Amino acid sequence: MTVAERAAPASRGETGLAARLLAPVELFLTEMGRLVLLLGRTLAWTPRPPYDVRQFLIQTVRIGVQSVPVVLLTALFTGAVLALQSFATLRRFNAEGFVGSLVSLSMLRELGPVIGGLIVAGRCGSAMAAELGTMRVTEQIDALEVMATDPVHYLVVPRVWATTLSLPLLIALANAVGIAGGYLVSVVLMGANPVTYMDNTFQYLDLNDLGSGLVKAAVFGLLIAIIGCAKGFYTTGGAEGVGRSTTRAVVLASMAILISDFFLTKILF
Amino acid sequence: MTEPETAARDGVKIRLAGLHKRFGPKVVLDGLDLAVADGESVVVIGRSGTGKSVMLKHIIGLLRPDAGEVTIDGVAIGGLDNRELTGFRRRFGMAFQEGALFDSMSVFDNIAFPLRRQTGLGPGEIADRVRECLEMVHLEGVEKKAPSELSGGMRRRVGFARAIAHEPEILLFDEPTSGLDPVTTAAIDDVICGLLEGVRSTAVTITHDLTSAFRIADRIGMLHRGRIIAIAPPEEFRRLDDPRVQQFLEGRGEGPLSEDGGGNG
Repeated sequence: MTVAERAAPASRGETGLAARLLAPVELFLTEMGRLVLLLGRTLAWTPRPPYDVRQFLIQTVRIGVQSVPVVLLTALFTGAVLALQSFATLRRFNAEGFVGSLVSLSMLRELGPVIGGLIVAGRCGSAMAAELGTMRVTEQIDALEVMATDPVHYLVVPRVWATTLSLPLLIALANAVGIAGGYLVSVVLMGANPVTYMDNTFQYLDLNDLGSGLVKAAVFGLLIAIIGCAKGFYTTGGAEGVGRSTTRAVVLASMAILISDFFLTKILF
Repeated sequence: MTEPETAARDGVKIRLAGLHKRFGPKVVLDGLDLAVADGESVVVIGRSGTGKSVMLKHIIGLLRPDAGEVTIDGVAIGGLDNRELTGFRRRFGMAFQEGALFDSMSVFDNIAFPLRRQTGLGPGEIADRVRECLEMVHLEGVEKKAPSELSGGMRRRVGFARAIAHEPEILLFDEPTSGLDPVTTAAIDDVICGLLEGVRSTAVTITHDLTSAFRIADRIGMLHRGRIIAIAPPEEFRRLDDPRVQQFLEGRGEGPLSEDGGGNG
């Protein structure tokens, strides 16, 4: 043994405080490196044939279509509670008339994408990590490679694009339902005038509010899929490892959504 | 050095030279040398955890060595980029330990997968070939089933059918018969022998099933502590006076193999 053996005693000698302090940093950098590499490989493989349209559609149904009920239900109640809270707050300033604008602006710019993203991260990011993780520990990913099929091309590319493209569509629906939730609370529960409420809802909106929200949604979709796939792809340690990957995928994706949301807001507005 | 120079230098299909591999602090391969001649069937035996699977994964480039070189037909696979490696793998067929069937596909689609991906066959020809491969492993009428509906032994045989479907030049078998009943084991051994006689594929099999090893091997090698410690044709192998080989052949619990806790764990 050449390089490795010569390096070994030295590194063993240093296994003191410094190494222990640096371990989390190293782990963090490794994780980030994997994500960036996987994203790079995904982008590099995307334009290359064969184009697996079927896999893409299957994933779109799983991630986009099947998330519709849960995302819409969440959005409805988010809009509703937003109206409820802002009604109570704005009444103190005699500004109940602005509840409509507040609900629509908050939904489009912020809550629609973030809440929808978190739900999809929990629903689909975890599923991707579990599925790919299981494939890893049962050697199915090795089998793909052996059969001259790049696993990133076959597994990751369709998932990443399906999530990135379907999340904005999902969030557009969620926005509409969230606004409807606000309307129901304000008009039915709080007795606001339906016509002025609707006027007020759309009066201060411009297209950029919608657009930036959807851009956010697409970025969140990309993050969810890349993190979910990376966690699954690099799973080690059998069934227990799959469980660990699944949990970490959800935690990491949720954090990534909330943190990137801040920076995206800063850039987009 | 136990690596024999018997294999004619020009006829060498697979050559592993001085392979070293460690995972963290654990040394798995420690200067492994092996040469497999074209059309030869080499079986590598050894205790669990001695690096047999790791060796196999190096041959097909799933793992890259820390040091040393893998050459196939004189081409070093360490020097290939990802795309070249993918093309290279069309020449291989590998059967995995637990089958590694794709859960999301039927048995038919599993076996058709390498045919669709790696050959220009039409749907009719693919269907014929799938049926043919299933017949070879004595499984019929399971095409539409999902892998989860099959028994462990059946899954293994489907994985086997999938590995041979595209008629590869080099076959790698990761414990093809462990956990199967003796009759199925014999059937699988026959399939391997038949393939090797028929298309002159080169095969590397790892196993700890000795009956199977003696049946299918042209040469048997023994892996211990990350090296091939002995390699010889079956009859000669049986007579080797290396105490480690004798302990393994006799299946004794005590001896030089047990002293170090199985080499690398």
